[in-house]
Amino acid sequence: MTDALTISDLTKTYANGVQALKGVELRVREGDFFALLGPNGAGKSTTIGIISSLIRKTAGSVKVFDYDIDTDIEAAKSCIGLVPQEFNFNQFEPVIEIVANQAGYYGIGRNTAYQRAEKYLKQLGLWGKRRDMARELSGGMKRRLMIARALVHEPRMLILDEPTAGVDIEIRRSMWSFLREVNRAGTTIILTTHYLEEAENLCRHIAIINDGVTVESTEMKSLLMRLNVETFVLNLNKAITELPPSPGYQLSLIDETTLEVTISKEQSMNDLFRCLSDYGIDVISMRNKTNRLEELFVRLVEQGAL
Amino acid sequence: MKLQQQWIAFHTIVTKEVMRFVRIWVQTVLPAAITMSLYFVIFGHLIGSQLAPIQGYNYIDYIVPGIILMAIINNSYANVVSSFFSSKFQRHIEEMLISPMPNYLILLGYVGGGLMRGLVVGVAVTIVAGLFAHLHMHNPLVIVVVVILTSVLFALGGLINAIYAKTFDDISIIPTFVLTPLTYLGGIFYSVHMLPPFWQHVSLVNPILYMINAMRYGMLGISDIDYRLALLIVIGFVVALYLFALYLLRKGTGIRY
Repeated sequence: MTDALTISDLTKTYANGVQALKGVELRVREGDFFALLGPNGAGKSTTIGIISSLIRKTAGSVKVFDYDIDTDIEAAKSCIGLVPQEFNFNQFEPVIEIVANQAGYYGIGRNTAYQRAEKYLKQLGLWGKRRDMARELSGGMKRRLMIARALVHEPRMLILDEPTAGVDIEIRRSMWSFLREVNRAGTTIILTTHYLEEAENLCRHIAIINDGVTVESTEMKSLLMRLNVETFVLNLNKAITELPPSPGYQLSLIDETTLEVTISKEQSMNDLFRCLSDYGIDVISMRNKTNRLEELFVRLVEQGAL
Repeated sequence: MKLQQQWIAFHTIVTKEVMRFVRIWVQTVLPAAITMSLYFVIFGHLIGSQLAPIQGYNYIDYIVPGIILMAIINNSYANVVSSFFSSKFQRHIEEMLISPMPNYLILLGYVGGGLMRGLVVGVAVTIVAGLFAHLHMHNPLVIVVVVILTSVLFALGGLINAIYAKTFDDISIIPTFVLTPLTYLGGIFYSVHMLPPFWQHVSLVNPILYMINAMRYGMLGISDIDYRLALLIVIGFVVALYLFALYLLRKGTGIRY
């Protein structure tokens, strides 16, 4: 399978001397749904800026579907659709013109441009707003407008830089479902986000950048497998005042009906439930205390390794 | 990009630019027509009627070519400087920068927009001029060439100004402190021969002097300077500014980091 993106030893030093990237390595396979994570200032947006040619690299190589951005920049750009972090459309332009004009910049004729604008604006629930000035849209609509604009030339790779920032949960979930459809249709997707639940739900591969270097790049599943312990919150059917004996489990009482338990990979939940049941305690519901990926992410960023 | 795709991309930018100034025509086209009609009333009619003819023409007829060209200069420049700077400021220039369009197409698209506004305003001011003065057309081909070259030149100037500009103040400094004085001192309202010899020589370094005289030749058949030399000088400026603007876009000055 072709690589959608290959980045080798990418460095960037800005004019003010700030070294944003110190040797980023990335490989994204065609058709993948790929998470690019990192704390604020880690170098994610700089990396995306370089891929999309908005930022000039200092050294290293970037290939998009085997097109080197140093030698085949036009071909490389044709393969990319970008949804940036900040709103970057003309606030005083009608929605449909923003999308259709973007198609025009890629050499797509006016009729096709309007047909595709209609298709994507409808899919993203913005068709009713097509004649409105972009500034009149809500925050969530503006984000969806940028997705429609990025898709109008039907790129092979879609890069989304925090596409759901500030978007309510309902719209976020509808965007997830839309992006899954886009990915299923064959478009490679690279996603940066601070919502780690989002990355865990959507992405198959993940890379974590910290302080300008890639600290991890692997399959989502294998990364999550590395989590040795997980903490769960259990809601109980009756109030208890003291912890029931449960050999080997770390239990703590949050309140009379809520128990927190830390379980290692070697331990079984069934055994725990049996122990609780022996004392007449039933578990009504349970949830992870924190997102699994979040726990790993914090460890990787803070400690540099698991 | 293939040639046909390049044409579509160029056409998209020009159409977008035209729609922009047409949408706000009260701010972009109307003011020029009103301001220039004031020039005709005050300088041409009220004061000009008291003055002797210049090189065989009534004063109001004499100033028509310069006034039309002044409107074209100001509007071609203003269109590109404000549009390009605004696209930098709102960051929607990135829509073009991430596309496969070569830099020269972005440049030509914006210049095309500036040219269109220059032409629309030029026609509007010419219609206004026709209400006050007798319009002469000595050599229509020269008029067309001068109008297009001048508009392109100042559209390029506006683009370069916008590329360097970091604040809204930066886009008003050049028009206020450079463009307006050069336009007024370029011989719109007088013949350069009316100046003392020293100032006649100083005036020769003002590029706008050549454009106004070439325009005056096209309309009235009179000029302080050989119109062919004037056209050559304007073409030289157009080529120089085009190459410089292209260099700045390739280098990414003010737009890529």
